[in-house]
Amino acid sequence: MFSNKTFNLIVPIISVLLGLLAGAIIMLVFGYNPVEGYIALWNGAFGSNYFFGETIRQVTPYIFTGLSIAFAFRAGLFNIGAEGQVIVGWLASVWVGAAFDAPMIIHLPLAIIAAALAGALWGFVPGLLKAKLGVHEVIITIMMNYIALHVSNALIRDVLTDSGDSTDQIKESASLASNWLMELTGYSRLHYGIILALFAAFFVWFLLEKTTRGYELRSVGYNQHASEYAGMNVGRNIILSMVISGGIAGLAGAMEGLGTFGYMPTHSAFTNLGFDGIAVALLGGNNAFGVVIAAFLFGVLKIGALNMPTAAEVPSELVEIVIALIIFFVASSYIIRWTLLKFKKEGK
Amino acid sequence: MAFFDVLQSIIPIALFYSAPLIFTALGGVFSERSGVVNIGLEGLMVAGAFVGIVFNLTFDETFGSATPWISIFVAMIVGAIFSLVHAVASVSFRADQVVSGVAINFLALGLGVFLTKQWYGKGQTDMVDEPFYSTDIPILADIPILGPLFFNGIYVTSYVAIAFAFLGWFVLYKTPFGLRLRSVGEHPMAADTNGINVNRMRYIAVMISGALGGLGGAVFALTIAFNFSQATIVGQGFMSLAAVIFGKWHPLGAMGAALFFGFAQSLSVIGSGIPLLENVPAVYLTIAPYVLTILALAGFIGRAEAPKANGQPYIKGSR
Repeated sequence: MFSNKTFNLIVPIISVLLGLLAGAIIMLVFGYNPVEGYIALWNGAFGSNYFFGETIRQVTPYIFTGLSIAFAFRAGLFNIGAEGQVIVGWLASVWVGAAFDAPMIIHLPLAIIAAALAGALWGFVPGLLKAKLGVHEVIITIMMNYIALHVSNALIRDVLTDSGDSTDQIKESASLASNWLMELTGYSRLHYGIILALFAAFFVWFLLEKTTRGYELRSVGYNQHASEYAGMNVGRNIILSMVISGGIAGLAGAMEGLGTFGYMPTHSAFTNLGFDGIAVALLGGNNAFGVVIAAFLFGVLKIGALNMPTAAEVPSELVEIVIALIIFFVASSYIIRWTLLKFKKEGK
Repeated sequence: MAFFDVLQSIIPIALFYSAPLIFTALGGVFSERSGVVNIGLEGLMVAGAFVGIVFNLTFDETFGSATPWISIFVAMIVGAIFSLVHAVASVSFRADQVVSGVAINFLALGLGVFLTKQWYGKGQTDMVDEPFYSTDIPILADIPILGPLFFNGIYVTSYVAIAFAFLGWFVLYKTPFGLRLRSVGEHPMAADTNGINVNRMRYIAVMISGALGGLGGAVFALTIAFNFSQATIVGQGFMSLAAVIFGKWHPLGAMGAALFFGFAQSLSVIGSGIPLLENVPAVYLTIAPYVLTILALAGFIGRAEAPKANGQPYIKGSR
């Protein structure tokens, strides 16, 4: 028999392989060479310093959104609202970054904290409703996503600018951009955010695994009634975990606002960072270390895909299909476990 | 602008925006009543919009003015087949239904845009030549007052949507099939004990939601968008999901909510031309459906109970 721990490692790996296999089959069906396609993808992610820098840049917000969703998951909550939390975090960071003048040592942390607070507020609402009224957080967070999208667009157009399509550029003192990282990677947009992201992963791991508070959060996620009986305040833990989850997702917005772009454009549709974060969290088995690896994988897939149309004429959307299938296979892990066990038995 | 003129400009547009939402929300009602959460409505609409547009572009010379009707029918069938992915994952493979729905949304958009690039060589299709046109309904359009409001320059699909809502209510609440479907969503074990095949019932319900979601997407594409791209369906599926909840998982309630959301959308489209509303920033009207759904769920607009077994896979023999 496989142990549960082995399963938790095997299922994501099989899911990724099945997803890539399905992608290869689709390429074959449409008359492309899958080997060329995947080589183009590999080169698009690792082929030069520039591509590699862009890959790591893309990994940065994925680590944050993945951590955000994984954190909520561990407390038994499904935060589909990371997308909205990214958007409000992005806007808040850029607003603080552009509106104030301060030395970097104050300005940059302030802009980052603003993003975390905005995201936390966006997580607080569904957390409060879940804790006090038992309303399902999935629906509320979906609705909060749309509110975030439309309200931030309206704020950019009517409050922060005069009918403009994007905010002002942030001040140098609030920027995460780094000249030496850019020079090192052939002038990609790589920025210091990756260090923050890795630190956040460590923070989430430490909080969940090594502190009493983390134990309570996990306990509530595992069995609310037992936790209640053990004297834990379930409601407060639910609100807290949504607030922390939202805050982390807000930081993903800060990565875009203070690191990659330096401003915020109006969005006609979602950034998808939050939704991709769901895939990252699932694939990472909802633990911090796994999330970093999964974020790396998705960063590679997303940035590598951009090279596929030019190098192998494969539409880059193929990768979206592969990602969708990976989520599908991870979600259906029951059948993977069942099949593995069956093979194991027949092998005896 | 006189009051009557205002109504005359709002109501047809509200009906026009509501139709896709009504179809899709009905699909959501069927699925969730059987106990399968369907976050994938957005993806089902994307699939329907894609199929509706592609079929329309390909066969408009063959079928002439009947093309849009055949297109939405084909979109229904493809939607039903596509929803099998969700059914297999959430019913047979016991996947988390929310996650599976998210996968559906990704998959539909990825496939749609991939195939669009494949077949048309660019990110969006051409505009269709045979969309739905608004018409005056004969005889009824001549009724004073009501005629101009409800029957002049109206899309027939809006009335089909309303008829479907009543049909959905009849099926769910007045037929043995509907009773079985609801019982599977409330207490699958009891239903199983009474000889109802829970999994088969749920497959059927999810496929109905796929058909109706595909229909909703195709109607949206052929009345409002006219082409397919990544940005054709942006949130209408989630708005339909909101209508399901706002309408308390009841076909007519969902229709009412969808009509209201359509009304809110029409206000944000033409609000600037209406006295009183011209000074209200459009964003308030845009976010109204979402805010109202949150308020409804928080119990400020009457509390609604979701079907009891919603979201739980049924595993025979466990309790």
